Amino acid sequence: MNINDPEYRYHTLVVTVENKSGVLARVAGLFARRGFNIESLAVAPTDDERFSRLTIVVDLESSPLEQVIKQLDKLVNVVEIRELHPGYAVERELMIVTVGAEPDRRDELVEHLDRAGGKVLSVGADRMMLSLVGPPDRVDDFEDLLRPFGIVELQRTGRVALAVLDEDA
Amino acid sequence: MATEQMDGGRALIRALEEEGVEVMFGLPGGAILPVYDPIIDSSIRHILVRHEQGAGHMAEGYAQATGRPGVAMVTSGPAATNIVTPLCDAHLDSVPMVVITGQVPYAAIGTDAFQECDTTGITMSVTKHNFLVAEAQDIPRAIKEAFHIATTGRPGPVLVDIPKDIVDPANPRSAMEWTDDVEMDLPGYRPATDVDAAAVAAAAELIRAAERPILYVGGGILKARAAEALRQLAELTGIHVVTTLMARGAFPDSHELCLGMPGMHGNFTAVTAMQESDLLITLGARFDDRVTGRLDGFAPDAKIVHVDIDGAELGKVRRPDVAIHGDCRLAVEALVAEFTANGTGDADRGAWRSRISGWQERFPLAYEAWQPGQALKPQYVIERLRDLNPDDTIVASGVGQHQMWASQYWTFDHPYTWINSGGLGTMGYAIPAAIGAKAGMPDRTVWAVDGDGCFQMTAQELVTATVEGFPIKVALLNNSYLGMVRQWQEMFYEERYSEVFLSKDVPDYKLWAQSMGCEAMRVDDPDEIDAAITKANEIDDRPVVIDFRVMAEEKVFPMVPSGATNSDLVVPPSQADLPR
Ligand SMILES: Cc1ncc(C[n+]2csc(CCOP(=O)(O)OP(=O)(O)O)c2C)c(N)n1
Ligand SMILES: [Mg+2]
Repeated sequence: MNINDPEYRYHTLVVTVENKSGVLARVAGLFARRGFNIESLAVAPTDDERFSRLTIVVDLESSPLEQVIKQLDKLVNVVEIRELHPGYAVERELMIVTVGAEPDRRDELVEHLDRAGGKVLSVGADRMMLSLVGPPDRVDDFEDLLRPFGIVELQRTGRVALAVLDEDA
Repeated sequence: MATEQMDGGRALIRALEEEGVEVMFGLPGGAILPVYDPIIDSSIRHILVRHEQGAGHMAEGYAQATGRPGVAMVTSGPAATNIVTPLCDAHLDSVPMVVITGQVPYAAIGTDAFQECDTTGITMSVTKHNFLVAEAQDIPRAIKEAFHIATTGRPGPVLVDIPKDIVDPANPRSAMEWTDDVEMDLPGYRPATDVDAAAVAAAAELIRAAERPILYVGGGILKARAAEALRQLAELTGIHVVTTLMARGAFPDSHELCLGMPGMHGNFTAVTAMQESDLLITLGARFDDRVTGRLDGFAPDAKIVHVDIDGAELGKVRRPDVAIHGDCRLAVEALVAEFTANGTGDADRGAWRSRISGWQERFPLAYEAWQPGQALKPQYVIERLRDLNPDDTIVASGVGQHQMWASQYWTFDHPYTWINSGGLGTMGYAIPAAIGAKAGMPDRTVWAVDGDGCFQMTAQELVTATVEGFPIKVALLNNSYLGMVRQWQEMFYEERYSEVFLSKDVPDYKLWAQSMGCEAMRVDDPDEIDAAITKANEIDDRPVVIDFRVMAEEKVFPMVPSGATNSDLVVPPSQADLPR
């Protein structure tokens, strides 16, 4: 992926917020009110109980990144915003999925799964539940591979991300 | 460290006292009842309003006149929703205000209890910040943080929602320990102040080089208390100044460098000078659509220097060539220091100055002379008010034609003398805002310039003014119409008047005002205007209302039709054929 590609629509923001009630509503309300579009959103506590971290993937077709960041920064409960340039971020997403798995196609399915590095979570008579953790585009690819088997149910977490470590530091 | 056992209600009032609050505006009810008891023993003066919207606008008027945060306190549910309009108004006009609302007991929140509403949810998008306080112990900190947030950075309204159980002495949850120094805990709040020296130097370079510069001054200059610094900057550089609707008075109208108000109803010279400028030195202004007209045709040749304390304004509407993020006063003072030390450059601005004075000569504000048999000319009423009042008179205005005439025809020579609803355009703002201003500035003459439509939205606060002893004066420009809307229907809807006629003689404003304890007069004849104003100014023991019967057909000019560019400014008919 080319980070200088003007076509690149999505940008990841890692936002540290105070762990207070209503903070998610403030962020979501801001996006709604200003017409910013969220592509995906993941929320979780951090190692410091006072703070939570939001990983927000912003659709830049709706508005310039600079305005999104500046408006977010004005929220009193937003403590820090890190902008992760695509290509300089380590991004991960978890998918769990139940797919059709007739006995005669199971080997083929498990082969795909092993190659992708996924896991079997549960096995039924004619279905299997699988999980995969990986970069979002790999999760996309795996989802495409599963489609011919018949996806019964699928859940993805939305991505979380951290900056790539600087080798010199 | 001194500590004291206390209940949350007393702690709330004590915390307000510690913030230096002298007056607050409000109306009690069930959920906030326990906080009203300690008010009896407090040094804070409480003004009992007749509608919570009035409390909010009074707090705004107080803040706009004094520079100190306005405070309002109301109960839960319908009272909280009644104050949403003033919160939104203060949010758009960056008015420092703290609103305290009662809430149902903490454990009842979410149960649809009596008079419960999701106050923090409803007001999230119309406040700078809001708090729902869960514990009595947290009250002093929440109040301290609320005042800090309301008054620093870009000012704005902050709401503090207080559940009843934490302030009710009968409830054990209200027990708390007062300590004298509470620490704020705002890890995400870091308002910018200091300005970047390199950005100031870059701005100075653009200013030195500009041949057609304009100082485009907005309400932020007043918030930064930078009127004096602005005057130095203008005089040092000889650059003309326009003052937006929110900045009237930030630079004296009678100063030779003042061009007055730009925008949709700005005067020809202010609008055109911005439009033709090659550098807009933008100070605490935000390129509002009422100033820019159609954006893609706005000031096409202008470079932009933009100073704002709110970084999100820089580049929001128009991309600046030089952005200075920080306090306007510091930025203006830094520019003054820079020009004093290194000179203002030698750009040739002679041609520009003569174009400006040519526009001023050909296109002054103008209206057609009164003819016998006509109702009063509203512009003339404002001119007489202006000339018969001291120049530090505070003028609060409603929203509509009368607001534009007041802004156009008054001469504002002092900061903080013009109080109006700019961003939200809230009809009914004038009377409560004037009361708030008078509460903060009791020695000043305070006039509300109001429309008949606006008057009917908040007139009941004149009862508050009478009972609480605020002798404000109201100039009612009564044209029997929602005049501003009528003007649009006349000009853009082929004179098809839909739902804009109020009534010729109902209500009887004089009787209504008298019933509220005011002195009241009606004026139909231009020869009676001066006597009525003079009489009003002699009365200082109760409010005065003058019902000026003005022409319904009169329109506000100049005007930039919505959707048009500022180059398509419509001038009054008498100037239509003049060369621009
Ligand atoms: C609360 C509110 N409702 C509606 C409007 C739309 N509006 C703007 S000006 C105006 C007419 C105001 O009438 P009046 O107070 O008589 O003033 P005039 O224009 O006649 O001087 C209206 C209805 C508004 N600004 N605020
Ligand atoms: Mg009217």
